[in-house]
Amino acid sequence: MQFMLLFSRQGKLRLQKWYVPLSDKEKKKITRELVQTVLARKPKMCSFLEWRDLKIVYKRYASLYFCCAIEDQDNELITLEIIHRYVELLDKYFGSVCELDIIFNFEKAYFILDEFLLGGEAQETSKKNVLKAIEQADLLQEVRHNYFL
Amino acid sequence: MPAPIRLRELIRTIRTARTQAEEREMIQKESAAIRSSFREEDNTYRCRNVAKLLYMHMLGYPAHFGQLECLKLIASQKFTDKRIGYLGAMLLLDERQDVHLLMTNCIKNDLNHSTQYVQGLALCTLGCMGSSEMCRDLAGEVEKLLKTSNSYLRKKAALCAVHVIRKVPELMEMFLPATKNLLSEKNHGVLHTSVVLLTEMCERSPDMLSHFRKLVPQLVRILKNLIMSGYSPEHDVSGISDPFLQVRILRLLRILGKGDDDSSEAMNDILAQVATNTETSKNVGNAILYETVLTIMDIKSESGLRVLAINILGRFLLNNDKNIRYVALTSLLKTVQTDHNAVQRHRSTIVDCLKDLDVSIKRRAMELSFALVNGNNIRGMMKELLYFLDSCDPEFKADCASGIFLAAEKYAPSKRWHIDTIMRVLTTAGSYVRDDCVPNLIQLITNSVEMHAYTVQRLYKALLDDISQQPFVQVSSWCIGEYGDLLVSGQCEEEDPIQVTEDEVLDVLEGLLASNLSSPVTRGYALTAVMKLSTRLSSVNRIKKVVSIYGSSIDVELQQRAVEYNALFKKYDHMRCALLERMPIMEKAAANGPTETVQTNGEAEPAGLEPKHPPTIIQPANQANDLLDLLGGNDVVPVISTAPAMKPASAGGELLDLLGGLSLSAPTPAPPIPMSQPPFLLDGLSSQPLFNDIATGIPPMTAYNKNGLKIDFTFERSNTNPNIAIITIHAANSTEAEMTNFVFQAAVPKTFQLQLLSPSSSIIPALNQGPVTQVIKVLNPQKQQLRMRIKLTYNHKGSPVQDLAEVNNFPPQSWQ
Repeated sequence: MQFMLLFSRQGKLRLQKWYVPLSDKEKKKITRELVQTVLARKPKMCSFLEWRDLKIVYKRYASLYFCCAIEDQDNELITLEIIHRYVELLDKYFGSVCELDIIFNFEKAYFILDEFLLGGEAQETSKKNVLKAIEQADLLQEVRHNYFL
Repeated sequence: MPAPIRLRELIRTIRTARTQAEEREMIQKESAAIRSSFREEDNTYRCRNVAKLLYMHMLGYPAHFGQLECLKLIASQKFTDKRIGYLGAMLLLDERQDVHLLMTNCIKNDLNHSTQYVQGLALCTLGCMGSSEMCRDLAGEVEKLLKTSNSYLRKKAALCAVHVIRKVPELMEMFLPATKNLLSEKNHGVLHTSVVLLTEMCERSPDMLSHFRKLVPQLVRILKNLIMSGYSPEHDVSGISDPFLQVRILRLLRILGKGDDDSSEAMNDILAQVATNTETSKNVGNAILYETVLTIMDIKSESGLRVLAINILGRFLLNNDKNIRYVALTSLLKTVQTDHNAVQRHRSTIVDCLKDLDVSIKRRAMELSFALVNGNNIRGMMKELLYFLDSCDPEFKADCASGIFLAAEKYAPSKRWHIDTIMRVLTTAGSYVRDDCVPNLIQLITNSVEMHAYTVQRLYKALLDDISQQPFVQVSSWCIGEYGDLLVSGQCEEEDPIQVTEDEVLDVLEGLLASNLSSPVTRGYALTAVMKLSTRLSSVNRIKKVVSIYGSSIDVELQQRAVEYNALFKKYDHMRCALLERMPIMEKAAANGPTETVQTNGEAEPAGLEPKHPPTIIQPANQANDLLDLLGGNDVVPVISTAPAMKPASAGGELLDLLGGLSLSAPTPAPPIPMSQPPFLLDGLSSQPLFNDIATGIPPMTAYNKNGLKIDFTFERSNTNPNIAIITIHAANSTEAEMTNFVFQAAVPKTFQLQLLSPSSSIIPALNQGPVTQVIKVLNPQKQQLRMRIKLTYNHKGSPVQDLAEVNNFPPQSWQ
């Protein structure tokens, strides 16, 4: 995977994870164009599209679009499963996750993602293990600091 | 100094902003506060401030002043600091900034931290955004962690290693020993990441690939266990055990099995098992099947397995889920070359996908449809494709049109069908047709000799309706120029001929010239067409007028043509008919077109056409050279009428070759007469043919004597090249009526080369007053017996006369 973007139906970015080195300017440009392209898609269209030389896999969950850019040899259908797994993890962690959870706790969304994917590939295929790791790491957070953030 | 506002507080506040300006103001205020806080080197709230900065960065505001702060957080001992610090580093820093290198030491320390979650943070950051320098420095640490027994760290280290290898491929060797027993792990996370690592290594190095082939049995076993094992709650997804791992293993097997018989054999069974046993009701099962199909197609699988794979794809095509259909079409496109027959079976489903609403599906269906067209299904497929062309989005039209032309050319069941198809495309998508299609189409049309009248009639009718589509207009005007006489004489056999007068035809062409819709190229075509009609129609005066008007056109190209055509009328009228003669049938040079010959134009070429080829091709070519020769390149050089029309792109070059443009590279056409090689002959010749003494003693001969037309040959040898014989023909007319538009053409066997210079006149006066002479140069390097076939055309007493003759009675001295 080259990058993953989460954005709302109004095009507001909620999370951006880049696995390829790009300048800030390039990232902004890509984000802008891709968000526009995906938002322009009609609901009945398929979840895959070609964009530049990448394959884009996207899925909408309630008010959030989850959008991944994968390479030519990657399996589009399993990428849909990866997206779904991430949503499940968020759901378990936040308890019926909604967009607001991700807005107000964006750093936690990143932490969860970083326990699930590394360098663009899945590092753990067991839902239980990912959540356990997050739980443990959360416990490590100094108690004082929990108020501090 | 009050404590900086908390993160969630800030988010809440910013979200209350009602306008962009309000938001910007809040952000600026907070940024300022954060900046001063950073300046004060406040440890307590640094974490909070950076977190806020990251939020603002996500909204699109600048956050670069927080980069160093991230580094300070990473260096802190507190876990929360590190967590936010590393996150900030991944979001704000990238390898373009030198600042990121300062992280290296911190990461190194953290990789050896006592807490695995800290180690995990370091591995994650390195594996996400580590630059090549960082990777070089820290590869050793990663390698160490790859060998640890802690599976939490081991899996992260494996993916980190993947990143290191991607950044610094030379370091790959270093990780080899650690891969030894990666696959014996029970932990799925480690297994998954190990397979990813092995895949990366095999993709990058053929040596690694051969080394890891021995793992195939182990991989097969793991996959088998996954499928056969019962329900495992930890890894279950909709009844399938760890689909992510299954897919990755299948992908690795693909790479290992490709091109290798033994490995492919070893995985045959498991692939068949996965293909048949996987649940297809949910996306996850289909994801596995998809990967399986890709693997089966890539390795050396037995045919039964391949058929199984194609059938899976066929089933996918019928799936309600669009994504599955999309994926099926993509895969079929990859396999259609190798498993053509199997894919053919699903043709009707594929064609149905042309009507899908989704753009990506339509595009793939179109590409696949073209790949499936063959001689048997051409009529049916073309109907669907033409319908598609009518209704598809503009972005498809150019590709679709090109595809249709190609398919029609390869598999047209009849010439009429072919022409009809071309015209349908031109009239429905005529402005999307690629520019390089125009010469190709023209060539196709000239090749269908018996369809000329039908073609020009239909094109004319369509042109009356719409002149906006440029490629279509160009083809049409070229045809009208070429076959205008057929149009006017109403000779169409295929359908009811229409009544068209000469004036109407010229009206149309003049309309094109004057119209704003016509591009400059189109105007060029139109003008040339008008000029050509001067030898085919009788309204010469009108044509002269049109041509002279454009002699002062602003468009330089048009002006040049008009001036040259004018010169043709005024000074070189005797050459005009020869120059503007009907175009010969053009052969496609092997370099340009498909290498296979155009086949299955079902109707056989009428035999009578054969002999006509040789002379027609020679004549114009030689005219060109001679003209350039005689006129010494200055003055107005009459341009061969057809050459400008061929200006657009590739096929133009080839046609210029045929017509003897300045550099003849001579693609040899099918008829056995080779083109003369002007550079070769020109070397030996000045602008006037060299005359030796007739005393060299080659006797003259009579080549032809019929119907009052007598043609004598006299011979000389070239001074400069003894292999060249110079023959002068003397054509005399003993009848009482003059012979006009006289054209002499000659053809010689393959071993000879021939060059015809221009005649002294195209009118042979009556009653033997003043013969017309013409010079032929024959190159005979092999000293073979000279034979010649000649073709004569002229008008006598108002009717055209044409005759062919063999000349075999050449005196031996002329060729020895």
